Amino acid sequence: MSQLEVEDLEVYYETEEGPAQAVDGVSFEVEEGENIGIVGESGCGKTTLAKAIIGILPDAGYINNGSINFKGDDLTEMTNAQRRRLKWEEISMIAQSAMNSLDPVYTIREQIVEAIETHRPGTGRVESGEIVTQMFELVGLDPERADDYPHQFSGGMRQRAMIAMALALEPSLMLADEPTTALDVIMQDQILKRMSSIQEEINSSMLVITHDVSVVAETCDRVIVMYAGKIAEEGPVEEIFNQPYHPYTIGLKRAFPNIRKSSQDLLSISGYPPELIDPPQGCRFAERCPMATDRCREEEPEAHYENGLRSYCHYADEIDTELRPYADDPGTWDQAAAATDGGVEE
Amino acid sequence: MSGNEVLLEVDDLKKHFKVNQGWIASLVESFGRGEPDYVHAVDGVSFELREGETLGLAGESGCGKTTTGMSLVKLHDPTAGDIVYDDTRLSEASDAEIKQFRQNAQMIFQDPFESLNPRMTVYDTVAEPLRIHDIRNETARVQRALEFAELLPAEHYFDQYPHELSGGQRQRVAIARALVLDPDFIVADEPVSMLDVSLRAGVLSLLDRMTDEFGLSVVYISHDLSLLRHMCDRLAIMYMGKIVEKGPTDQIIENPQHPYTQALINAVPVPDPAVGRERVELQGEVGDVIDIPTGCRFKNRCSEYIGDVCDQVVPPLEAKTDFEQDVACHLYDSAEGYDPYQEMTGSPSAAETGDEPESTPADD
Ligand SMILES: Nc1ncnc2c1ncn2[C@@H]1O[C@H](COP(=O)(O)OP(=O)(O)OP(=O)(O)O)[C@@H](O)[C@H]1O
Ligand SMILES: Nc1ncnc2c1ncn2[C@@H]1O[C@H](COP(=O)(O)OP(=O)(O)OP(=O)(O)O)[C@@H](O)[C@H]1O
Ligand code: SF4
Ligand code: SF4
Ligand SMILES: [Mg+2]
Ligand SMILES: [Mg+2]
Repeated sequence: MSQLEVEDLEVYYETEEGPAQAVDGVSFEVEEGENIGIVGESGCGKTTLAKAIIGILPDAGYINNGSINFKGDDLTEMTNAQRRRLKWEEISMIAQSAMNSLDPVYTIREQIVEAIETHRPGTGRVESGEIVTQMFELVGLDPERADDYPHQFSGGMRQRAMIAMALALEPSLMLADEPTTALDVIMQDQILKRMSSIQEEINSSMLVITHDVSVVAETCDRVIVMYAGKIAEEGPVEEIFNQPYHPYTIGLKRAFPNIRKSSQDLLSISGYPPELIDPPQGCRFAERCPMATDRCREEEPEAHYENGLRSYCHYADEIDTELRPYADDPGTWDQAAAATDGGVEE
Repeated sequence: MSGNEVLLEVDDLKKHFKVNQGWIASLVESFGRGEPDYVHAVDGVSFELREGETLGLAGESGCGKTTTGMSLVKLHDPTAGDIVYDDTRLSEASDAEIKQFRQNAQMIFQDPFESLNPRMTVYDTVAEPLRIHDIRNETARVQRALEFAELLPAEHYFDQYPHELSGGQRQRVAIARALVLDPDFIVADEPVSMLDVSLRAGVLSLLDRMTDEFGLSVVYISHDLSLLRHMCDRLAIMYMGKIVEKGPTDQIIENPQHPYTQALINAVPVPDPAVGRERVELQGEVGDVIDIPTGCRFKNRCSEYIGDVCDQVVPPLEAKTDFEQDVACHLYDSAEGYDPYQEMTGSPSAAETGDEPESTPADD
């Protein structure tokens, strides 16, 4: 059974110029025990999506349409009190900025204990203390440091404290927003591995938002590629990396630094994503897509299903035969870069 | 690039922090030691930064990178050791010299979500250092800094607050603020780790331009070796408050010598799930930064551990006979003829009875 079912979700932000359509018609499912990665450029709506699911949108944000079914209940129809009960215990979140989400005036121990005591009333001091110790060890923090305040921790230590907190109540769904940005590869490996073994034990699933391909490759079963508030492509990890059908996914792959190459230009896709307030009709990627045609600028692409992938591109059915070599060629993107004004420097 | 004059010399720098003792800790640890505990965040770090050079500082979370960086720009006063800038020892510098130094040494912080004051507009954020240092031509300089940071048109950003900016824009504001005083050197602490790839490339090329156009020296802190390879002339790898390996970037990446550096570099993934990598499992836990172990700090996790010498003698960071970089490890012969075995306590009971202490690797 699906644990989480997001259907046609629209999340908007109220702004002076009108609503910004940060998440626009997103649908996907997460099976029990499954890990899904969400990737895409800054501002494409990843954090907004996660916040909508856990119910912590800022005041300006609201769900305009769609449903979020969690274990059979529609979260969008719950009261705040009902949702608060789910937080940490059923759904936990590792937020993008650890410093912003840890309370500076309480020690790390106080914050974890408080989460435990709120959700598991009756848990004794000693038992909570044991959980803190266990969780600290799990993320490679010295339990002796639990009485430190957040500002006494290094960047990566704060992030690990957040992970410890998110795991403490063994939730069935974890939303992890860039959970390991501040960690080196060895520690990241170790923590991701331990997280997966806990996940297996408690059969929980995870949505991981990340710009780090290695995190996706190592932890996720499936990947969602988002662009400007919409899903561009979605499917199993190997297919997304090896045989993507969407030109945006192909372009995104080039921007990853590689340690085996001594001086490699990090290439971003030139240009910027479209405005979310009054997004262009047709395919949202059209302005930056080297394959775009007039049809792309007018008609919104439907889903194309092939090889386990769901790809929103008009030409997905042709990409295997003709377009892939063209899209894989760096020259294609450079030309597109030259054609777009205001292109980001290499 | 190398060959240039030394701008900054860091000499055996140490920074220790006192540890909090919560009631549980004091309860559990009822065998009180009578004196407060200290985190040895930075514990004897020495290096030089040359003019126009980019030096990368890498190492695992909590190893002391940010603390080193903050000490370099005098946001921390060192517990011991010193920094020599332009032939002035900062510990002996006059107030005027310190002020001058602060103007020339700037820092860009790790988390653009926390490093900008949420109640200050972009203009005030960038202008603040000018006000502190009493520098005229405020508007023109703020404008120029924002333009350099590619926040265009600059006026458009003057009245905006951080929450109205994307992560990449925030980091550009932080860069503009660091550059507005025309510093000699900048410490960039994980300036792009919070940003996604598409923004990274832009911010990185900006940092590149900073060194090229202004001849700035940069200490670039990151745990991401792929990025450091891309950005830096030289690298220093830290482990538990000490530098364990230091030298030209290509040397270290292609031919790492310290067992920790080797593990770190082997673990770096190639951005392609099809390309397998040899996974190096580091056994054991990171050592205790409060009760510093004797000898080599990496000994609990080292796959090359060669016995009592590792357990007893702190390996100095020094030139070795067989390669270009400096390494702190007893595996290699010292170029200066230093012999660590002479410093061993030579307690025969430890050496001969086979009564191995907990320092055996891979032994939990
Ligand atoms: N409080 C807000 N008011 C108005 N617009 C907002 C607000 N928060 C976010 N947005 C806009 O919504 C869009 C999506 O933001 P979101 O934070 O979800 O992006 P993201 O994909 O998580 O990006 P990043 O990778 O940079 O974290 C952005 O264009 C952003 O500017
Ligand atoms: N103000 C402080 N008070 C107490 N301890 C501190 C303080 N700042 C840093 N520390 C401690 O010093 C050690 C080194 O921290 P530092 O921030 O330098 O690490 P780092 O190498 O930058 O790690 P990261 O990659 O996680 O940011 C850590 O154990 C940290 O908790
Ligand atoms: S629909 Fe057209 S513009 Fe959009 S990704 Fe496909 S080819 Fe490019
Ligand atoms: S000194 Fe010994 S323990 Fe330390 S890194 Fe070298 S071989 Fe390993
Ligand atoms: Mg986000
Ligand atoms: Mg740091």
